Amino acid sequence: MGSLFRSEEMALCQLFLQSEAAYACVSELGELGLVQFRDLNPDVNAFQRKFVNEVRRCDEMERKLRYLEKEIKKDGIPMLDTGESPEAPQPREMIDLEATFEKLENELREVNQNAEALKRNFLELTELKHILRKTQVFFDESVPTVYKSSGAYSSSKYRRYPQMADNQNEDEQAQLLGEEGVRASQPGQNLKLGFVAGVILRERLPAFERMLWRACRGNVFLRQAMIETPLEDPTNGDQVHKSVFIIFFQGDQLKTRVKKICEGFRATLYPCPEAPADRREMAMGVMTRIEDLNTVLGQTQDHRHRVLVAAAKNLKNWFVKVRKIKAIYHTLNLFNLDVTQKCLIAECWVPLLDIETIQLALRRGTERSGSSVPPILNRMQTFENPPTYNRTNKFTKAFQALIDAYGVASYREMNPAPYTIITFPFLFAVMFGDLGHGAIMALFGLWMIRKEKGLAAQKTDNEIWNIFFGGRYIIFLMGVFSMYTGLIYNDIFSKSLNIFGSHWHLSYNKSTVMDNKFLQLSPKGDYEGAPYPFGMDPIWQVAGANKIIFHNAYKMKISIIFGVIHMIFGVVMSWHNHTYFRNRISLMYEFIPQLIFLLLLFFYMVLLMFIKWIKFAATNEKPYSEACAPSILITFIDMVLFNTPKPPPEHCETYMFFGQHFIQVLFVLVAVGCIPVMLLAKPLLIMQARKQANVQPIAGATSDAETGGVSNGGSHGGGGGHEEEEELSEIFIHQSIHTIEYVLGSVSHTASYLRLWALSLAHAQLAEVLWTMVLSIGLKQEGPVGGIVLTCVFAFWAILTVGILVLMEGLSAFLHTLRLHWVEFQSKFYKGQGYAFQPFSFDAIIENGSAAAEE
Amino acid sequence: MKICGPKLSLCGLIISVWGIVQLVLMGLFFYINSVALIEDLPLEEEYHSLEDFYAAANRAYNQNAYNCWIAACIYVLTLLVSAQQFYMNSRVTVN
Repeated sequence: MGSLFRSEEMALCQLFLQSEAAYACVSELGELGLVQFRDLNPDVNAFQRKFVNEVRRCDEMERKLRYLEKEIKKDGIPMLDTGESPEAPQPREMIDLEATFEKLENELREVNQNAEALKRNFLELTELKHILRKTQVFFDESVPTVYKSSGAYSSSKYRRYPQMADNQNEDEQAQLLGEEGVRASQPGQNLKLGFVAGVILRERLPAFERMLWRACRGNVFLRQAMIETPLEDPTNGDQVHKSVFIIFFQGDQLKTRVKKICEGFRATLYPCPEAPADRREMAMGVMTRIEDLNTVLGQTQDHRHRVLVAAAKNLKNWFVKVRKIKAIYHTLNLFNLDVTQKCLIAECWVPLLDIETIQLALRRGTERSGSSVPPILNRMQTFENPPTYNRTNKFTKAFQALIDAYGVASYREMNPAPYTIITFPFLFAVMFGDLGHGAIMALFGLWMIRKEKGLAAQKTDNEIWNIFFGGRYIIFLMGVFSMYTGLIYNDIFSKSLNIFGSHWHLSYNKSTVMDNKFLQLSPKGDYEGAPYPFGMDPIWQVAGANKIIFHNAYKMKISIIFGVIHMIFGVVMSWHNHTYFRNRISLMYEFIPQLIFLLLLFFYMVLLMFIKWIKFAATNEKPYSEACAPSILITFIDMVLFNTPKPPPEHCETYMFFGQHFIQVLFVLVAVGCIPVMLLAKPLLIMQARKQANVQPIAGATSDAETGGVSNGGSHGGGGGHEEEEELSEIFIHQSIHTIEYVLGSVSHTASYLRLWALSLAHAQLAEVLWTMVLSIGLKQEGPVGGIVLTCVFAFWAILTVGILVLMEGLSAFLHTLRLHWVEFQSKFYKGQGYAFQPFSFDAIIENGSAAAEE
Repeated sequence: MKICGPKLSLCGLIISVWGIVQLVLMGLFFYINSVALIEDLPLEEEYHSLEDFYAAANRAYNQNAYNCWIAACIYVLTLLVSAQQFYMNSRVTVN
């Protein structure tokens, strides 16, 4: 099988498929998911392709299925999802499927239409029922006045005087309407008082009332009452609140006006008989009709439910089938048609190792279609960049995704993913070192790994959960590595474990301890001489005054050491790239000076740290006692700037070993000398080579150009063509940018690794603050109440620990680790200019399809 | 009887288990007078004699150990409650 170190070797193949067998063969290849087809008709637009009709039919089927799905979801019927993927059906089965969907859709539409009509009817009847019931009240209370209150707005006045005389009424009219009103209300006309009753949306009512008052100049009388129960809108099934109203008016002109206004406000008017007996009769009739309708509606719903339940059983299956057919025809559209129309020609990228399996699949496809002519898979020569295909499993997939998020590797470039599997959790753990927090993280990761199958089958849309689940192996490894570094730092929720017994002992007597606030333990007398067997000595936890100072010195140095080693490793990776691509110039004039530069300056600094650790100790005599130990940083700055070092304290020496000054000057000079080599050597050599090539006869060059031209002309859809000849000035510019980036980068990148120290310090301090500010409160309670307080405080502390220290700090450490890998490590060797291999695979298509549908 | 939802009961379950494990261990460490935990004791700033200090420290260590174990016992109770709730919730979803 392919290795993870480099992407798979790919081959461009030409595939000749017989027209009859093409469908079955492509279907088999889709199940396999190892072939990336190229579009051979990029100039033909989507509507002029050969199988556009089939694709359109599939779209239509998909639309119908989505309609069914929507209806099923509306009714809350569970859909059966077996998770199995049926094979793509034969083209002739497509007609059956189409017919089935057509029938289902029509049936459902009919049922829906009927249901809607019935519901509308039902709504009308209910509204009528409400009108009859509510208006009854109006009529009852205003029977004596209707005939008299000829269209006055303020009816309350009249209701108070039901027996009011006509002339008084006229007085009121006169007040409201002036002369005209008096003329209009001639006796005799009064008697012909009309009314309309209807139902209106409740929120429209105030506007409706105002409109009526203004348009009719107050000559109509509106009464309204709310319908308490919300009614169902038949078109969209919403619940709406409505009000019943009744308008009294006089004369035909007003009637038309009132009706127009009702129409404008979408109020529904219902005929309402004037006589109470008629009304009662009508109400009875309405009630019986409503009951009838209810039974019919129930039956319609039952029928709809049956249809949908039957469809829900197969729906996912159908979706898969239709998507497969569509994908196959879509792929067939990418193919070229032979002149004889007998066969289809496809071009595809194929992993070299899988050619056998692909041929087997093709043979299976041919057999299934019953064709006699076998398909031909033919390797082609190409100068195009093949796609990058890294074969991953569920463990390496997440790590590969981290790399690909930065940039897909160029074809056959060194893949950083396998190294990332170790360095990523490790650098994370350096920042996140705490046994307790690491254990929480590792347990969470372990739980996700153990329950992998069940959780994967659940498939949620929750993006955050999907990220966590996708990175479950990373999370687990990060947790385990953090537990290890936590042990090294001797931190568990900011407390230390004293497993082996501290190697420091107190030698002060009683009175000294009683009298002094701070006491020093001297490494000369109080220290055993041999270090604590594993990690930090637990004594440092109780060293309140200089714990941080001690940890800083340690963590700062190890972060630089790890950083320099990580970067050197990155540079060495570029050596593998140069040798693989037989790039001798880059190997000699880029890799070697780069490595020398890094080793002589920064690795030398790392060596100085080790020399300092080994040579100087408190137990030594001067000049190697602790007081003489020089600062590495100052030494390094002096070395690079050629400064004369400050005179050392008495009996100490400036330099740590013999010849240090000479070596330092030599190292700096050689390192600086590497810069012009990096900057100029490669472009100058290329320039020279070109000049020589121009002198030579041009036979070789033209043939090369021809083949390149042909392959470029005939190929589309891939990456760029053959490496084109760059302008010489561009080469110079690129090289200078590259060199400046490397030289300045190695300084800034080394400093950048200090984030390992900064974050681990911040994490340890935050954990300590949380302990002393929160959990200590619970622990310091005196008396038996303490237990109960401790319970509450502990829960609070636990939530904060998970929320702040594990989640937020974990996220920040994760991002910093990602940066260290992308920028500091990968910039040394990784181009990341490839394009990903996207094989034609049913699994991916169906997954994307369902994801897109659920959005 | 169902009081908590599925998420709350799960949260209670996890915190209870965590609390039991950590508090029992911390109680044990207090009981054996672990120096690392001395800053969490309810002690005065200064004592006049060493004996006073030792007596107070021993008392505080024992007190804290018992407090931790009391808290752990309370967490056993919350564990039972949340386990029962979790069980009820899971049964509802199965139905």
